[in-house]
Amino acid sequence: MNNSALIDLEIKFLLEGVYQVYGYDFKNYSEASLRRRLLHWLSSSDFDTLSQAQSQLLRDRDLFETLLQGITVTVSEMFRDASFFKAIREQVVPYLKTYPFVKIWHAGCATGEEAYSMAILLLEEGMQGRFRIYATDINEAVIRSAQEGIYPLKDLQNFTRNYQRSGGSGSFSDYYTARYDYAILSPSLRENIVFAAHNLTADAAFGEMNLILCRNVMIYFKTALKDQVLELFDSSLVAGGFLCVGTKESLDNRKISGRYEELTPRAQIYRKRYA
Amino acid sequence: MLSNNTHTFEAVVIGVSTGGVSALKIILGELSAEFPLPVMIVSHISPDSDDGLALLLNNHSALRVKEADEQEELAAGTAYLSPANYHLMIEQNRTLSLSVDPPVNYARPSVDVLFETAADVFGPTLIGIVLTGAGSDGSQGLLKIKNCGGLTIVQDPADAEMDSMPLSALQLLKADYVEPLNKIASLLTILAG
Ligand SMILES: C[S@@+](CC[C@H](N)C(=O)[O-])C[C@H]1O[C@@H](n2cnc3c(N)ncnc32)[C@H](O)[C@@H]1O
Repeated sequence: MNNSALIDLEIKFLLEGVYQVYGYDFKNYSEASLRRRLLHWLSSSDFDTLSQAQSQLLRDRDLFETLLQGITVTVSEMFRDASFFKAIREQVVPYLKTYPFVKIWHAGCATGEEAYSMAILLLEEGMQGRFRIYATDINEAVIRSAQEGIYPLKDLQNFTRNYQRSGGSGSFSDYYTARYDYAILSPSLRENIVFAAHNLTADAAFGEMNLILCRNVMIYFKTALKDQVLELFDSSLVAGGFLCVGTKESLDNRKISGRYEELTPRAQIYRKRYA
Repeated sequence: MLSNNTHTFEAVVIGVSTGGVSALKIILGELSAEFPLPVMIVSHISPDSDDGLALLLNNHSALRVKEADEQEELAAGTAYLSPANYHLMIEQNRTLSLSVDPPVNYARPSVDVLFETAADVFGPTLIGIVLTGAGSDGSQGLLKIKNCGGLTIVQDPADAEMDSMPLSALQLLKADYVEPLNKIASLLTILAG
C-alpha cells in the first residue's frame, strides 16, 4: 500500500474513533479539504502520523479540541457576497415585514460576521424589536468569539466596502468602535442575536424559522449528508419561509428541491412552497 | 520520454496568475474538441470577479470551458475554472469540490491546493502545468505531482509574461518539459494520445 492510501486509511480510522468517543461525525465530510486540514494539523503537532496521534486524541479531550479547531473552516466576512445581502434587503425583507415577529437561523455562523450583518440590515429596514437571530456552530470556540463581536481592524475596510455594495443605508462606522488594532461591534447589535452550539449532523431541528441561512457549510459535506441537513432545515422552516445557501451552492438535484422555488436566479435564495 | 505512459493520463491541471488570460487563450484555443482529458484550471482572479473569464475562454476554445460547480463530475473535453474566492479541489470519486479555506500563498483560489488534491487522486496519471505569474503559488503542488509520479510541464520563463511562478517551480523541481506557450497544446495532445 502506498503512503497516500495509508493516510486515507488512517483518516478513516481516526474519524471513526472520534465519532465513537466524542460523537462528532465527520465521516461524511468531503475528503479533499478534510485531508488537507488533518495533515496540516498533524504537521503542527508533535506526531509523525495520524495513527500515532490517534491514541492520545481519543484519550485527551484538550488535544482533540485542537484537532476540532483544525478541522473546521471558520473563515467568514461581514456582508460577504454583497449582491446576496442586497437581494435579502430588496426581495426577502418585504415578506418578513408582513409578520409581527420573525425568527432567523444562521447555521454554521463561524465567528458571527454574517449574523451581525443581518442584524444591521434588519435594523436599517426598520424591524427593530421584531426579529430574533439564532446563530449556531459546531465549534464552541468560534461561538465564544462570535459573542464578543470583536474583529481585526484590518478586515474593516473590506467589511465596509461589502456593506456599501450591499445597499447599506447608513454609515458603517456607526456600528463599531475602533480600539488599538480591533473593531468592537456595537453591543446593541448583539441584543438581537442568540449564539449557541449546535451540530448539524447530530442535533435536532430548531422550530418555526422564517429564514434559514447556511452558507459555505454544506460545501464541505458529501451528498448524503447534504440531503440529511437540508431535511433538518426543511423541518425547521415555516411554509413560505426562506432558505439561503452560498453563492456556489444550489438545491438542484437535492431531495428537498421540489418543495422549494428559487426566489431570484443566482442569488441562492429559495422559498418553501405552501404545501 | 513520451514512451510508456503516453496513453495513461487521466487529467490535466493548470496554474496561472498574471498574464493568465492571454496564456489560457493560447493553450485552450489550440486544443481540439476531441481532447480526451478533463482540464482543471486555477487562475488568480480578484475575489469579486464573475464567470466572465470562463465565458471569454469558452468563446476562444473548441473545448467546453466553464466555471466549476461544486460536486460536478469531470468530463472529457471540458475545462473547469475555479470560481473567484473559492479553492478548487478534486475528490476521490472524481468530482470537483470548492472550499473557503483561508488563502494559501496569499491566494484563493490557490494553485497548490488544486495540484495537491489532484495528485492525491490521480497520482501518476496526472499532468501538471505551471504558467506565467507573479509569486510562487503552484511550485509545491507541482513538486507533489512529480513525487506522486505525474508528469510536469513548466512554461519557459523566457517566454512568460511574468517569470516568477515558472522560475520558482523550476527551482524546486526538474520539470519533464519546459516549453513556450505555443508548444504546450500540441504537447498535451500528443501526451493525451
Ligand atoms: C466557512 S464557515 C461559514 C461561515 C459563514 N456562514 C459564511 O459563509 O461566511 C463554515 C462553518 O461551518 C461550521 N460547521 C462545520 N460543520 C458543522 C456542523 N456539523 N454543524 C454546525 N456547524 C458546522 C464550521 O465550524 C464553520 O464555522
